[in-house]
Amino acid sequence: MSDDIRDVIIIGSGPAGYTAAVYAARARLQPLVLEGSVTAGGALMNTTEVENFPGFAEGVMGPELMDQMRRQAERFGADLVTDDAVEMSLQGPVKTVVDGSGRTYRARTVILCMGSGYRELGLPEEKRLSGHGVSWCATCDGFFFRDQEIAVVGGGDSAMEEATFLTRFASRVHVIHRRDQLRASKVMQERALSDPKITVHWNSSVVGIHGDEKLSGIRLADTVTQEQRDLAVTGLFIAIGHDPRSELVRDQVALDPEGYVLVDAPSTRTDLPGVFAAGDLVDHTYRQAVTAAGTGCAAALDAERYLATLADSRPAEHPVAV
Amino acid sequence: MSVTPVTDQTFTEQVLQSDKPVVVDFWAEWCGPCRMVSPILEELSNEHGDKVSFVKLNVDENPQTAASYRVTSIPTLNVYSGGQVVKQIIGARPKSAILAELSDYV
Repeated sequence: MSDDIRDVIIIGSGPAGYTAAVYAARARLQPLVLEGSVTAGGALMNTTEVENFPGFAEGVMGPELMDQMRRQAERFGADLVTDDAVEMSLQGPVKTVVDGSGRTYRARTVILCMGSGYRELGLPEEKRLSGHGVSWCATCDGFFFRDQEIAVVGGGDSAMEEATFLTRFASRVHVIHRRDQLRASKVMQERALSDPKITVHWNSSVVGIHGDEKLSGIRLADTVTQEQRDLAVTGLFIAIGHDPRSELVRDQVALDPEGYVLVDAPSTRTDLPGVFAAGDLVDHTYRQAVTAAGTGCAAALDAERYLATLADSRPAEHPVAV
Repeated sequence: MSVTPVTDQTFTEQVLQSDKPVVVDFWAEWCGPCRMVSPILEELSNEHGDKVSFVKLNVDENPQTAASYRVTSIPTLNVYSGGQVVKQIIGARPKSAILAELSDYV
């Protein structure tokens, strides 16, 4: 354990976390970033082509974009630790964070960028058949379903991206959506709906998952007539949305009823002094890589300003460079 | 000891006929979560390579082995002992969780 009190600890490493790290590092705050042991890079690590991040006219692969952001943060002196935060104490002027290896870090400010995690259907067979036909990552697993019939659940951009991507491998992709229209952006909808390999099952929800050792099919219920039917598929890709990863701070900072961290917008201040939040952990409206990066930048600037105020109110013999 | 690659051709000799337990990392270039797991396996191989061998199999280049063990999700870590799969770990997990799963062998 280190006795040093740092200026900034950043929890999480999607576009929000790394952008906060770039700005804080360039402000000479030498931020520590707890990147997450298996979530480093964030949600974009599971995507393919990112076509809407400004500055990449030809698009960029999600993992490549995150690798570039990571290297940019590192270049300016951010300390990157590939581990999880498992405990945080955010009250008071000095905050402590404990990582998965039991190391304790202390800092005057903490920037929360834990992002969001995949939502599950909540069916009993879902976990058991996970990795045996049930998947949350089309880019990882689509390859194994060459010439097979598979299903994608969901109606948002992620679901459309996955469905379109999976047509490269599958003989047919069934999109299961509980409403009669999609939530996805126009360009993603048009691409998916015009694909001859994609069939959309409107007003349908997945109520059962079949299979012993591997997935053999799913049961659908019509959300209007309640009528049930079985669909034989060997793959089920679940893309029904995300929930904010706020469990660790639930009892410390104010959250909205859905679990998103509340901030004093347009700033990134939470209800605790010195604690800031950015990215998908906060945002249930936009949820884009570029908006996450934008709020990550704002959080670093807010933290810098807060540290400057602390320095002003401190005795003169302890000047703090900001 | 670093994590060495195995192929469809070398799998029987290097994995099934190994006298030590072998952890096989089924991975591919295009798999984001696989990138999280590979440095963890490098560390585990350095720390426990005397008791367990750590190897990796690229599923793109070696589809037969992946198919015959019904791997449909990567990263998947299969542990082989005496030619049999004795444990399967699916999906990226933290180092501590992987180590806990391997506790019978390291």
